[in-house]
Amino acid sequence: MANTAVADPDSDLTRAQLAARYGLTVAGARPTLGAYLRRLWAYRHFMRAYANAKVTASFGQARLGQLWQVLTPLTNAAVYYLIFGVILNTSRGIPNFIAYLCVGLFVFVFTSSVATAGTSAIVGNLGLIRALHFPRAALLIAITMTQFRHLLAAMVVLIGIVLVTGEPITAEWLLVPPALFLQTIFNIGLALLLGRLGSKVTDLKQVMPFVMRTWMYGSGVLYSVALFAQNLPKTLANLVELNPLLVYIELVRHALLENAPLTSSAPRLWLLAIGWAAVVGTVGFVYFWRGEQEYGRG
Amino acid sequence: MADPNTLPANATTGAHGERIPTVIVDDVHLVYRVYGAGTGPASSPVAALKRIVTRQKQRPTLRKVHAVKGVSFTAYRGEAIGLIGSNGSGKSTLLRAIAGLMPPNQGAIYTQGQPSLLGVNAALLGDLSGERNAQLGCLAMGMSPEQTRKAVPEILSFSGINERGDFSSLPMRTYSSGMQARLRFSISAAKEHDVLLIDEALATGDTRFRRRSEQKIRQLRSNAGTVFLVSHSIGSIRDTCERSIWLESGEIRMDGRTDEVTRAYEEYMASR
Repeated sequence: MANTAVADPDSDLTRAQLAARYGLTVAGARPTLGAYLRRLWAYRHFMRAYANAKVTASFGQARLGQLWQVLTPLTNAAVYYLIFGVILNTSRGIPNFIAYLCVGLFVFVFTSSVATAGTSAIVGNLGLIRALHFPRAALLIAITMTQFRHLLAAMVVLIGIVLVTGEPITAEWLLVPPALFLQTIFNIGLALLLGRLGSKVTDLKQVMPFVMRTWMYGSGVLYSVALFAQNLPKTLANLVELNPLLVYIELVRHALLENAPLTSSAPRLWLLAIGWAAVVGTVGFVYFWRGEQEYGRG
Repeated sequence: MADPNTLPANATTGAHGERIPTVIVDDVHLVYRVYGAGTGPASSPVAALKRIVTRQKQRPTLRKVHAVKGVSFTAYRGEAIGLIGSNGSGKSTLLRAIAGLMPPNQGAIYTQGQPSLLGVNAALLGDLSGERNAQLGCLAMGMSPEQTRKAVPEILSFSGINERGDFSSLPMRTYSSGMQARLRFSISAAKEHDVLLIDEALATGDTRFRRRSEQKIRQLRSNAGTVFLVSHSIGSIRDTCERSIWLESGEIRMDGRTDEVTRAYEEYMASR
């Protein structure tokens, strides 16, 4: 065994006692929730640099480069408008359908890309996780920040579309930043939840595309939200109205568009938005923190 | 008993001449769980369905690899310890556990401060330039933005990747494996660590870089850190370490002075 050759005044101690005597700590032990939050705060520069680097790298191999930050949401909007606006004609009863569709699409894509990236964040970055020691939640927050940057580019496109289609600029536009802020908190919580789940349940990555597609149809992205109340039984329609993504999309629509149909009143939407952000943010953070030591195991 | 925290930072012994432990490994077991290892008929869709229907508990696509089996030792301040053993003997896995990146399935590891692991397969972000990687690496090691700004040029010049033109602005995936290893070693060495774990990083550099990094390791040691070095190059272990641990199939086969351990190891390898 080790060290039997060395005469040592500490040799009568067990290894655990020896460790305690010299103030050694358990390798990779989980910090307390407060200490973890402080460490995360100390890593804010890392998160920002990581998010910036990822945005730059995401279109690095394309010839048009960063132009795709704007082209991607534009093309996306054009495709959905062609199918749902022109071919299927779901625009009945909605004034300014293009703007209505684009708000839903861009806000939805923010959450769905965070969810998809979050699910594979731990497995996909195992090299980084096994090489460097940083609070793992920083990775998921950085992913959300990366997608937030893409959302900002999409919002620029959106403002253009909204103005071109003749919506007036009103004081209500100021409600967009707080709505997106709440959605970002919600997304961080969701990314943390899915990050830990995805690292344990390796099949989740295969299931996620179907979950996200179902969620999309339940969020009234492509057609009027009034259809839910018309076609669904009462209880189910009430349930759909609680859908957090529907809530965030409606808040932005309410802020930017004059005559967009809503499922519930604006104050109720705000309460739901705050509730979802608080619950999912807190639960996601605590759930992810509890698995902190295990992410390197893979 | 003197409080170890009041001792000078570079002291290698306490008030009564006893040595100060920095890493204590106590009967550690490490097990990898590997998915998707199944081959042949067991991995076909029909077999998967059959398993679900018959409610078979253990998935045959999940296999467990017992990489480290009950290892114990204590490392002290100022020591450089070589870890040797044939491929797959659990050396790298043990280093990961000491770094706190893989929790032991059984037993415990105690360390002073936060050990940092430096390995050749520790991928940073391949799509980013070498400079960006150096910057991210510094921030990920917990440096402040000012410290990072100062450290990045030093890292690039120590790694020597710019010796043949401006490589630091190219994506890291375009680097040769030797250049990648050099950059990674330089990033890790930019910070002073209580415990530095080096995983075959020196094997890939050229002679000149090896000399430079061996010098750097000696410097890190003189600041009273502890260095672990995993390498298949017995020469570089003999040059840098006075103590060696020989691992074989996840168990310690020998632990002692480097010349004795490496001689026994070479005899063992020659006899196979």
